[in-house]
Amino acid sequence: MLLVVYPLRSLRKGLCRRETIWQYYISILNWWSVSHSQITRLYSRFTSLDKGENGTLSREDFQRIPELAINPLGDRIINAFFPEGEDQVNFRGFMRTLAHFRPIEDNEKSKDQNGPEPLNSRSNKLHFAFRLYDLDKDDKISRDELLQVLRMMVGVNISDEQLGSIADRTIQEADQDGDSAISFAEFVKVLEKVDVEQKMSIRFLH
Amino acid sequence: MPQPLANVCSTFVPEQTDGKRCWHQGCQEGVLQLVSPQAGGSAGHSASRVFHLSRKVTSIVPESCLLILLGLVLGGIVLAVAKKAEYQLEPNMFFLFLLPPIVLDSGYFMPSRLFFDNIGAILTYAVVGTLWNSFATGTALWGLHRAGLMDPGVEAGLMDFLLFGSLISAVDPVAVLAVFEEVHVNETLFIIVFGESLLNDAVTVVLYKVFNSFVELGPAHIHATDYVKGVASFFLVSLGGTAVGLLFAFLLALITRFTKRVRIIEPLFVFLLAYVAYLAAEMVSLSSILAVTFCGICCKKYVEANISQKSRTTVKYTMKTLASSSETIIFMFLGISAVDTSKWAWDTALVLGTLFFILLFRAVGVVLQTHVLNRFRLIPLDRIDQVVMSYGGLRGAVAFALVILLDREKVKAKDYFVATTIVVVFFTVIVQGLTIKPLVTWLKVKRSDHHKPTLNEELHEHAFDHILAAVEDIVGHHGYHYWRDKWEQFDKKYLSQLLMRKSAYRLRDEIWDVYYKLNIRDAISFADQGGHVLSAAKLALPSMPSRTSMSESSVTNLLRESGSGACLDLQVIDTVRSRRDKEDAAMHHVLRGSLYKPRRRYKASYSRHFISPDKQERQDKEIFRQNMKRRLETFKSTKHNVCSSKSKARLKEKGRKKKNISLTKETPNGKTQRNIPWQEAAPVLVMVSSEEEESDSSETEREDDEGIVFIARATDEVLQGKTTPGSLDVCPSPCIIPPSPTLAEKELPWKGDQADLAVYVSSETTKIVPVDMQKAWNQSISSLESIASPPGTESGPQHRRFVCPVLEEGRPQSASHVTPEQSSCFQFPSHISRSGRSQSDSSPDGPEQQELQPLMATEEQGRMPPTVEPRRLMFHRASHL
Repeated sequence: MLLVVYPLRSLRKGLCRRETIWQYYISILNWWSVSHSQITRLYSRFTSLDKGENGTLSREDFQRIPELAINPLGDRIINAFFPEGEDQVNFRGFMRTLAHFRPIEDNEKSKDQNGPEPLNSRSNKLHFAFRLYDLDKDDKISRDELLQVLRMMVGVNISDEQLGSIADRTIQEADQDGDSAISFAEFVKVLEKVDVEQKMSIRFLH
Repeated sequence: MPQPLANVCSTFVPEQTDGKRCWHQGCQEGVLQLVSPQAGGSAGHSASRVFHLSRKVTSIVPESCLLILLGLVLGGIVLAVAKKAEYQLEPNMFFLFLLPPIVLDSGYFMPSRLFFDNIGAILTYAVVGTLWNSFATGTALWGLHRAGLMDPGVEAGLMDFLLFGSLISAVDPVAVLAVFEEVHVNETLFIIVFGESLLNDAVTVVLYKVFNSFVELGPAHIHATDYVKGVASFFLVSLGGTAVGLLFAFLLALITRFTKRVRIIEPLFVFLLAYVAYLAAEMVSLSSILAVTFCGICCKKYVEANISQKSRTTVKYTMKTLASSSETIIFMFLGISAVDTSKWAWDTALVLGTLFFILLFRAVGVVLQTHVLNRFRLIPLDRIDQVVMSYGGLRGAVAFALVILLDREKVKAKDYFVATTIVVVFFTVIVQGLTIKPLVTWLKVKRSDHHKPTLNEELHEHAFDHILAAVEDIVGHHGYHYWRDKWEQFDKKYLSQLLMRKSAYRLRDEIWDVYYKLNIRDAISFADQGGHVLSAAKLALPSMPSRTSMSESSVTNLLRESGSGACLDLQVIDTVRSRRDKEDAAMHHVLRGSLYKPRRRYKASYSRHFISPDKQERQDKEIFRQNMKRRLETFKSTKHNVCSSKSKARLKEKGRKKKNISLTKETPNGKTQRNIPWQEAAPVLVMVSSEEEESDSSETEREDDEGIVFIARATDEVLQGKTTPGSLDVCPSPCIIPPSPTLAEKELPWKGDQADLAVYVSSETTKIVPVDMQKAWNQSISSLESIASPPGTESGPQHRRFVCPVLEEGRPQSASHVTPEQSSCFQFPSHISRSGRSQSDSSPDGPEQQELQPLMATEEQGRMPPTVEPRRLMFHRASHL
């Protein structure tokens, strides 16, 4: 309770514009279960990105980040912040997306097995990555979708044929049901040996 | 006395020699012969007795232990025979010759991503941990001495004990490597312990030198500034050593960029410059181990990309061999040196105290540091990891060499320190080395699981990196990923361009590398199974059953079914070989070969003794060769592929031949480059046909090429035409009728997927044959030709070209890519114009080439002849034969 009440004061100025603080804060805490310092810090980052100062971020706000422009997957990642059909994201949505990248704490592994899966669970992390490939949201990575991502990630030196054969090969490797596409289950299966918990986590704050 | 000893001694030898490190045999036996010639005789019969034991023994006992014990025995023999110890581990020899190869090897093959991912932890343990160990051990021993527990003969003050503490507390890279390599703990744990042992050298060197000078000065003459100097010198030594290493890494990468014409000295440069880095750092009293480590880590990426495949193999094996030899010699000599009791002075309290303190302080240090580090680490190190890290702090030859270096005049208690060091080294290497494996098993430490990277993992992990970098950007948190991303961009923009060959730089891509490797693997398995069954597991394809009946399915089909992967790798195998074989065709091969240049940057783990991928590669090539030969003879239906395989050979000669031809001939219309060879080839062909095999094949091919061009030219260039009347006849041939319908039908498939695929596949099939298989190919081709030729010869020279389409009617895909060629040929008589001809040269070939040679660099594309040509070649060859 203390954890919740104390940061209230620090957040009041920024957050009470649109929703009640409680709604806001508790929902965020559900994803993060961390101290307020991370939230306040991320909130200040949020407001600094928010050039329109309307409490939400638009695509343009993200695109203004210079490093994202040179990130091959930058646009895809920006899109991942926006819920279906919307072009604005509020602080809660912002935090919700970022929560995927929170490292899994030791004490989290054991507790509330029966509760809802935390956003930073392995499968949620994987699903986030999966959605970057899956443009048409049919829960399958088709050859074309894979090719698009490949094209973004490899240099121009690789010809289309080579890229095509890489894509074929990749799908072949992962495909189990023979539909020439990678479903999420296959995606998880093919990455089962990868330490996703580590490779998809960031320490935001210490 | 000598006889039983010799027996004991000989029992150790085979244990060492039969295993994977067979190169040890030489040096061990050398030492054996050198030290105790008597032992050699009895070694033989007792060897057989222990042979079956050997595997069991080496699986339990680390080799370093066995080597030390062997050294002890040998030293004992020498002592017994000569009455005095003759051999010792000389510090100079150790530091100048034995240590550098080991450090270079570990630096060069260090999994750099893993290393830099954990650099924070490694540095902490290396610097803070070593400092803590030195001071704590030194002061604790001093306290023990003050308490009167030690023999009064030990004349040592606080400074002496601190000096001793500094040399005894450093974890030794050689010992750690020797033991941990056999334990197979997970990579993170390994890299932390091993990285620490490498990087703590700077601390050890500085502490040792500082305390040594303090001892020499005497405690009375030490001023406060000396302490400051000591601290400053730490930074100087460590950063300076690193800088020297980076400088030489840069030089090395730069030099290898320009060794294209002198491949043979590439490995030499790698060793030379790394060693010079070591010497340079040593000379100016910087940390030489740091220098050579960083030289190895940093140069690898660029060097590997620049040097040839052969040099890469040489470097790899030489480095491993040198390092293992050094390691063997070091441990042997440790054992031998230990028996020299004249230098010993035993003090039980000192020995036991040292052992106790180093174990205790190591454990305390690890726990405390880990506690702090875990607050910053993404994946915290748990208790089990900490236990292994504490227990894995092995001491080794560095400590021994340093203690030998002490000056007896200045350090009165040197003999005691020597004895203690020997005991500590022996204890850590033998006792801890023996028990760490059971301990790891007992604690259920996460082991490393070795699996080859799959394409998916590679691709998605790349995506993860990008995602994390992007998220860090969004969050505005400049963390690890941010800096790595920055570094990679810097590397890509400047460093790689500066340090890598253009060909290597343009074509490097990690995803492609993995793809390439996987392909090789598949190709090998494909060839291994005689092409009969591609394992369904590897290439899970629905069309499996058709593969089992080889009489029906051609190689082409097989390859196509198995996916482009199988095709591509076949080329890979070839390019690797051809590139080394022919210097004069270098241009061509570098371009093509560099696409698939294997770079083994992706060593998941470091191991000195295993170089797994290559070994297989070679033997499988041989299997591959045999299988291909057999397959060729068996499947006549694949004739098409066989012939087009010739195009491979032609490619190789291409560059060379082309020059000759363009020199000898000057044609009025030789504007388009491609025309020249075809046109000129015609007259040349007839004369050359009797020449040696290689030129023969290339010339014949060209003749075929010429045929195409000639048709086009026949109308507008009479001069050329009359030299080869045979081909002139071809143009108004009656065969105009068959192609035109085919043209109509096939025009679409040509554009369509199927045709595309077929062309692709067939061209890839050509790559099956490595250069040195040319002979075999020629033979098998001739055998095929004898069957295939009759229709061709009967119909006369004019009909030659149409035999193939007829033969291949059953396979529309392959025929389809023939037709455009033909159609262009036959249309020319109707549009009698120069422009029409030039179109014929370029238009049909253009698209075709792209599909045929999808893997070729663009420069080469223009020169590539169409696939159809090689097919005709075979008839020609038949007529020659």
